Amino acid sequence: MSTKTFSVTLRVWRQSGPGKPGKFVEYPATGVNPDMSFLEMLDVVNDELTAKGEEPIAFAHDCREGICGTCSLTIDGKPHGPHRGVASCQTYMRSYEEGDTIVVEPFRARPFPVLKDLITDRSAFDAIQQAGGFISVRTGAAPEANAVPVPKEAADLAMDAAQCIGCGACVAACKNASAMLFVAAKVSHLGLLPQGQPERDRRVLAMVSTMDTLGFGGCTNQYECSAACPKLISHDFIARMNRDYAKAIFRSAFKPVAAGGEGA
Amino acid sequence: MAQLDSRIPKGELAGKWQRHKADIRLVNPSNKRKYEVIVVGAGLAGASASASLSELGYRVSCFVFHDSPRRAHSIAAQGGINAAKNYQNDGDSVHRLFYDTIKGGDYRSREANVHRLAEVSVNIIDQCVAQGVPFAREYGGLLANRSFGGAQVSRTFYARGQTGQQLLLGAYSALSREVASGGVKLHTQSEMLDLVVVGGHAKGIIVRDLVTGKVTCHAADAVILATGGYGNVFDLSTYARGSNATAIWRAYKRGACFANPCFTQIHPTCIPVSGEYQSKLTLMSESLRNDGRIWVPKRKEDRLKPPASIAEDDRDYYLERIYPSFGNLCPRDVASRAAKRVCDEGRGVGESGLGVYLDFADAIGRLGEAGVRERYGNLFDIYHEITNENAYKVPMRIFPAVHYTMGGLWVDYNLMSNVPGLFVLGEANFSDHGANRLGASALMQGLADGYFVIPYTIGDYLATQKPGSRPPADGAEFRQAEENVVGSTSRLLSVKGKRPVSHFHRRLGRILWQGCGMARNRAGLEQALREIPALREEFWADVNVPGSGDSLNQSLERAGRVADFLELGELMCRDALTREESCGCHFREEHQYPDGECKRDDSAFAHVAAWEFAGDGKAPVRNTEPLVYEAVKMSVRNYK
Repeated sequence: MSTKTFSVTLRVWRQSGPGKPGKFVEYPATGVNPDMSFLEMLDVVNDELTAKGEEPIAFAHDCREGICGTCSLTIDGKPHGPHRGVASCQTYMRSYEEGDTIVVEPFRARPFPVLKDLITDRSAFDAIQQAGGFISVRTGAAPEANAVPVPKEAADLAMDAAQCIGCGACVAACKNASAMLFVAAKVSHLGLLPQGQPERDRRVLAMVSTMDTLGFGGCTNQYECSAACPKLISHDFIARMNRDYAKAIFRSAFKPVAAGGEGA
Repeated sequence: MAQLDSRIPKGELAGKWQRHKADIRLVNPSNKRKYEVIVVGAGLAGASASASLSELGYRVSCFVFHDSPRRAHSIAAQGGINAAKNYQNDGDSVHRLFYDTIKGGDYRSREANVHRLAEVSVNIIDQCVAQGVPFAREYGGLLANRSFGGAQVSRTFYARGQTGQQLLLGAYSALSREVASGGVKLHTQSEMLDLVVVGGHAKGIIVRDLVTGKVTCHAADAVILATGGYGNVFDLSTYARGSNATAIWRAYKRGACFANPCFTQIHPTCIPVSGEYQSKLTLMSESLRNDGRIWVPKRKEDRLKPPASIAEDDRDYYLERIYPSFGNLCPRDVASRAAKRVCDEGRGVGESGLGVYLDFADAIGRLGEAGVRERYGNLFDIYHEITNENAYKVPMRIFPAVHYTMGGLWVDYNLMSNVPGLFVLGEANFSDHGANRLGASALMQGLADGYFVIPYTIGDYLATQKPGSRPPADGAEFRQAEENVVGSTSRLLSVKGKRPVSHFHRRLGRILWQGCGMARNRAGLEQALREIPALREEFWADVNVPGSGDSLNQSLERAGRVADFLELGELMCRDALTREESCGCHFREEHQYPDGECKRDDSAFAHVAAWEFAGDGKAPVRNTEPLVYEAVKMSVRNYK
């Protein structure tokens, strides 16, 4: 454990509210301990700003262990910062050195408008889920859990996809602000399981169409999304979703797609 | 004095829930849509309740302070969920799960509630599998299990080290479906700041929009709080930073009794504190104790030596030594206290001396590194990110940290508080875990309450409320509560002192950790009871909350939560001081056996302490609900 501290300069995006003009403001961060998390470093800077009578930097955070998907910083141009497979909150200051200048921005994407400083509105993801990201099963109506065996390989692959934390880094990393990786993860997770089959076509059609309506862009196969994903969800799932989508479109041309939840 | 009627159904224990379901009142399907139900919180309990009630036809409004219901802290639960499926053919049963939970809670939970929990545990697994929760499976395609602390059977279902995430996403998907169907109206970034009580019944809440600062009133026929635990009162904990006690605390101040507030779980396996700036402690799942062995050096002098250089004979695998039959899988309170003791003896490892080893060398020898990676890979990754150490090569260093609160608002068998119409689910209530919760039981309780208890029991209350009798949201009680909220917000903003909120939170945390942590005694508690009111006074004189109340203001949000913690912390110490016995997590140093185990006093304290607010500046009233055990004999817990 090291106790040698150092100083860096932060260039932070400040924006007072939605639709307001924003700008970069420089702040020194001194006494930085390499064992601090990036967010703890921001906490300390914020306490100093408060002491000076300035408004602290607003940033989204909650669990601080990489699972809730709340934290969402673009650090030096990379969503979630320099390291592969970790969220902003799991980035530690040992990745930086004395004298570094670090640029901190919100996730940038039109469907994620800035609410304040580094906080964006990602409710578009909830809207996509509501369009079809579920298996319609009423509480109490489920069969015995072991009645339907699921091959281990399918369960494991479903889990790989299901790990998505809904942070939106994939969107922020994509030059088209595409949400394909996010949608593909959910579509694949449920589509790989026997329980997800009855609504498989309807799900992919509804989720993709909602994604398009909300202004997310298309995929041009550069895979910046999976490189930025804190759970390293593979872009192979996008190919899987595209196949599902094509099949569903084809089938829906011949027969109506099975209805799932009401209202979608 | 509050009237505490637990409403436990009569008759033989195993049949109580079945009979109760058959006996309680129902609301007919066409009337259900005439009732508005408010649910606060969308973790496992809140999301499952919202979805299930909406499916039944009730009109549900769900309020969360997060930007999405999927962010609730249930998401961070790692290890698993218990259920008495007996898929392993190892002798598990509803009775055994019930008994383990009662014993694990050191005979301070309510027998009938715990039995019901064990009964519905099997339905939870069915429900989650049908929703598409990708539980771990065996090659034959059937569900896999692992072991957890406090049990001698393998009954824990899991999805890698992310079980809470997968269960929450299951409940969130059910909730999303109901939002789409119009049955649930979802209010995100909306924090409940007061409960509205009309004619003695809970009939609404006051909410602040965290983005615009707008304060609004919402009326309903019943209010459900599923807002989680209050462990962040300690500042440093494994909770998410936003987790708070505000909803339950303000309900307490409106008349709901707060039960056993001093029962807080300190989890044995967390990553030790590294510095003053620290904002949170990270859990290393209890499941690691399946294969990891906990030890410290036998001699103090060895504590800073590289662990590999310490010979096998010079190591003290103290849990295996003291508790040979449960070994590394003894319950959390027992394991935490044992770690504290070896560190107090000066044998703790790491620079601070506040750490013990969790060693996987044997497991790697047995299963290979790949085998260990398959079981716990993500936990080893988290450990590496935080400490920069490779736990495949050197043992993890762990130390106990605040993790869960067994205390919470008092509820009856129907999960209704002593304020009619106010229901409390999940970690926010007190009923199922007694003085210590066993691993993999929090997920079970959250989902039991939301999927399989409240959908039945809420009808028993609503059937007594005439459809359409709900008071309007602009009535006098609503106006008064709204003014109360606006007033306390502007009061926080107007102090304009010198210290940030974090300063007070950190100091409160230290007072509680010292006085009301893993070990408590009269002198320490009395000291904390002097320090907390003084700190609270200092807070209201010197806190600096920048910004305004009419926009997104994170300092203001935290200030309100810390102000509540500064009151709650005092109640916890008061409760711990009054409970003159040791039980589970509540270890009063004055009350122990010669071997250092908890010494309960069943003749004087076999009861729930339910504290009732008596007004600001007045001592709260301590009500009691006797714990009557019909099926289990209270005995001394023994894990040796």
